[in-house]
Amino acid sequence: MAKTAWDRMQIIREKNRPTVRDYLPLVFENFIELHGDRFYGDDAAILGGIGTLDGQPVTVLAQVKGRDLKENQQTNFSMPHPEGYRKALRLAKQAEKFHRPVVCLIDTPGAFCGIGAEERGQGEAIARNLMEFMQLETPVISIVLGEGGSGGALALGVCDELAMMQNAIYSVISPRGFASILWKDPSREKEAANIMRITAEDLVEFGVAETIIPEPDGGAHIDPEAAAEAIRQYISETIPKYMKIPIAKLLENRYYKFRKVGVFTEQKGVNPL
Amino acid sequence: MLEDLFSKVKTRASYDKPRAQKGKMSIPENLMFKCPRCGKVEFMDAFLLGNKVCPNCGYHARLTAQERIEQIADNFTFIEYDKHMKSLDPIDFPGYPEKVYHLRRKTGLRDAVITGECTVMGSPCAIGVMDTRFMMASMGSVVGEKITRLFEQAESRRLPVVLFTASGGARMQEGIISLMQMAKTSGAVGRHSKQGLLYITVLTDPTTGGVTASFASLGDIIIAEPKTLVGFAGRRVIEGTIKQRLPEDFQSAEFAQEHGFVDLIVERSAMRKTISQLLKLHQTGGANNGKDSLG
Ligand SMILES: [Zn+2]
Repeated sequence: MAKTAWDRMQIIREKNRPTVRDYLPLVFENFIELHGDRFYGDDAAILGGIGTLDGQPVTVLAQVKGRDLKENQQTNFSMPHPEGYRKALRLAKQAEKFHRPVVCLIDTPGAFCGIGAEERGQGEAIARNLMEFMQLETPVISIVLGEGGSGGALALGVCDELAMMQNAIYSVISPRGFASILWKDPSREKEAANIMRITAEDLVEFGVAETIIPEPDGGAHIDPEAAAEAIRQYISETIPKYMKIPIAKLLENRYYKFRKVGVFTEQKGVNPL
Repeated sequence: MLEDLFSKVKTRASYDKPRAQKGKMSIPENLMFKCPRCGKVEFMDAFLLGNKVCPNCGYHARLTAQERIEQIADNFTFIEYDKHMKSLDPIDFPGYPEKVYHLRRKTGLRDAVITGECTVMGSPCAIGVMDTRFMMASMGSVVGEKITRLFEQAESRRLPVVLFTASGGARMQEGIISLMQMAKTSGAVGRHSKQGLLYITVLTDPTTGGVTASFASLGDIIIAEPKTLVGFAGRRVIEGTIKQRLPEDFQSAEFAQEHGFVDLIVERSAMRKTISQLLKLHQTGGANNGKDSLG
């Protein structure tokens, strides 16, 4: 039987579920991390750098969940500040300059909600990324590793192709937030998770994701090397496909990938009840 | 009802001063207006003639989309786009179609944004106005699609866009589809912008969440009405995260301007003239203005 969204949330919450730090050395070679947004600071919640895959240089932008409390404190539980998104955009523009494809690895509960984040324009930083990534003249592939939380995830999710790890979820708000806002009852988190349509299969059905990357039985933590190999293989097969497409066509396709998403009617006088 | 009257004008003014006590005075229904910020009772006529600005303290009450268009557009020039577009129910969320149905009957709106074109003191533009009466102007498929089409239409007609934003954020009842509207609208803004066309954003109370994190933050020129709530995260969410109370003016238009995210704060009485002036400043001139001038 297929796993429910709630079942998958238990899997991605496994303490030893692999994070970007585990995957990086297994998926990429010659990786060099690059820091800072050149305006304000360096946000450890988003890691950026350059590595190779099959000898092809790629820019990697990734949200960093910690493997323990100490790492999580360093990376703010993978909740980026505006400078994190601006670092990502800086490195994406750098990739564009050198005609290097970009791989975004998404794993965040959401953008950070705090005073500094507001003062430095969290909304503006996310908005800018959405607009600029849409026009970035180089292929962009995004993979949701575990948790794709809201606009904070989408800011690394404007891409030519979106892949979901088999047990990953991607949602407009966390199921807990959904239950607490719409039902005034955060304890109905499980019920919310199961009706929100947030699994990899749901996203493929909605046309939001294109691909599901298989995880080992029981989840990526059972065999992180096998999970990393599946990711490596996916990127290795996917990048050459997009490198072949002329840039104008690539950008047109990318725009229509998002342009087509929406469910509405234009019939006059239709009563939806 | 008196209660209804007050409910129509409640906004962040409640952060400025302790809320004036309701219902203690007997005020003739619909004849008088009691300001939720300064508490002064004024003739309703004076309040309405001033475009719902308190004559005493300058408090700007929220406008409906219709009222806004009447204030900004030249008479009889507004042509509405995509008038019949209505939402469906992509994730089969219990109660959503009923809620939307009742709001349509109550407000006369079909969803939370009205789009179209008009002239403003003679200058043509594409215009969009969000209306908080409809599910706090949350962005689902209809808002996302109408705003995207507004920018696409303006791009093909080479028109500037003037957009009055207001929103509680993404429409959660439409699940991931609502989140994707942020990327879709931002993409459309980018294409319009690449053609060298002007986009003026006017932030009105309250502009938050996924709308702040998409098209509302992408204007070439960003205007705000005084004291408008502008921010990404909800105040209570932040207070819950940091476990302390936030300053009164946190996330006000003035706060956003101080931090560099708003070009100018404009009183409602000067809005039409300011927009007209900006449109006119962009109508001619500029180095190499013609596309083919190198030919
Ligand atoms: Zn007043």
